Amino acid sequence: MIRPDVTIPFDHQQSAHCETGVISNLMRFHGLPVSEPMAFGIGSGLFYSHMPFLKMNGIPVTSYRILPGWIFGRFTKKLGIAIKRMKFRDPKAAMDELDRVLAQGLPVGMLTSVFYLPYLPKAFRFHFNGHNIVVFGKEGDEYLVSDPVMDGTTRIHRTALIRARFAKGMPNIKGSMYYPTSVPTDADIRKAAIRGLRRTARDMSNTPLPMFGTKGIGYLAGKLRKYEQKLGARGARLALGNLIRMQEEIGTGGAGFRFIFAAFLMETANLLDRPDLRAHALTMNRIGDLWRDFAYEAGRLCKGRAEAHITFAYLADKLEAIGKEETTFFKELHAVSKTL
Amino acid sequence: MKKDEVPQDDANMLEGKFKVVKYALNEKGEFEKVPSVGWEPENVALSQAWDVINEKVEAARQQVLKGGASPLLFHMEKNMMDIALLAKYMGLPTGKVKRHLEPDGFAQLDTILLTQYAEVLLITVEELKRVPA
Repeated sequence: MIRPDVTIPFDHQQSAHCETGVISNLMRFHGLPVSEPMAFGIGSGLFYSHMPFLKMNGIPVTSYRILPGWIFGRFTKKLGIAIKRMKFRDPKAAMDELDRVLAQGLPVGMLTSVFYLPYLPKAFRFHFNGHNIVVFGKEGDEYLVSDPVMDGTTRIHRTALIRARFAKGMPNIKGSMYYPTSVPTDADIRKAAIRGLRRTARDMSNTPLPMFGTKGIGYLAGKLRKYEQKLGARGARLALGNLIRMQEEIGTGGAGFRFIFAAFLMETANLLDRPDLRAHALTMNRIGDLWRDFAYEAGRLCKGRAEAHITFAYLADKLEAIGKEETTFFKELHAVSKTL
Repeated sequence: MKKDEVPQDDANMLEGKFKVVKYALNEKGEFEKVPSVGWEPENVALSQAWDVINEKVEAARQQVLKGGASPLLFHMEKNMMDIALLAKYMGLPTGKVKRHLEPDGFAQLDTILLTQYAEVLLITVEELKRVPA
């Protein structure tokens, strides 16, 4: 099936995180302007979990957000947006469907593996199958791509896109693609922001089990304290390096999404004209800085350049202190959220 | 983090292709997106992860040169795959792939499977049959 070239006028804006960036860009296209932090907050994206039983490449998973795809799900549900989602067995069918939707003038969101996206810098290309991009046109054998973590749009060859869409492993993405079919442009953003905020505050402070929510931070601190005994010097350094990556690497906006969340609180404070919420945004920003201090000193220890007093026990103390700050913070935020 | 505190530690991780954005407080006390070329701890952690991968690739290369494994092992490691993932891409049971990682098993591969391995590993059949000296 040969489809003509198509270029959909798509306003690409760079974001810190791919999922929230795609939400923001797609919503703006459909007449509902929502910033990235707003998308993150409404979708209740912030979370914390340390799961020693769930390992990737032999290292326990630490996560600063809810599961991939869930932000999108919560966001669209809260605002009454209808989304068409599809998966395919056959790559050709997946590309035909993409071409068909593009020909209707609709940009298409999809899941890809960063390992198979040639336009990304090599250092970031691991087998991670959860990267969201938008395709907004095609020219011959090339597709026009809005990758939210990049400052401009780019292109990808059809063959490469097929590879990226049909990457195997965890998760098996099977050409997964999605596009909004109905977006209420008069959706109540204020109400959605309040509900999103309340959900995050509640889940951070009230989730049972020691490894989830703000409790999870202290839980990880306890594990970190024993890293050297348990994993040996090299193993401990690798695990620590992995923690830094989960917290700071591309896609988090810094400090494990804490700065994006602070920006969401600030925007909501302005939207609702609630100066008290502004103060909470600033506190969240300050806690974000504590996370950054932690990563900074952890980085020195990884590299073997730390001063003598920076040890695993010292870092564990820091993390424990962050856990305490966040426990207090989210309890207060939960109380405030009930008054909004 | 304030706008002027957004780190700019370039270790060429982004290859100059673009800058990432971070959210930081500006002079007006509002958050805005601020471009960053990278941050030292992030660079350290990332290069540490690559060191581990490169060590594995080099160990595989040595093993192949010593005749202890087929070149497939090297190319599998180079693609950051394990047996389970490679088997999924090939649509083969892991036991078979394991067999192909051995020199005799690899020597018995037919053109069809060789071509399929090469396609999955993004190289030519000729490249698949050897490792860099």
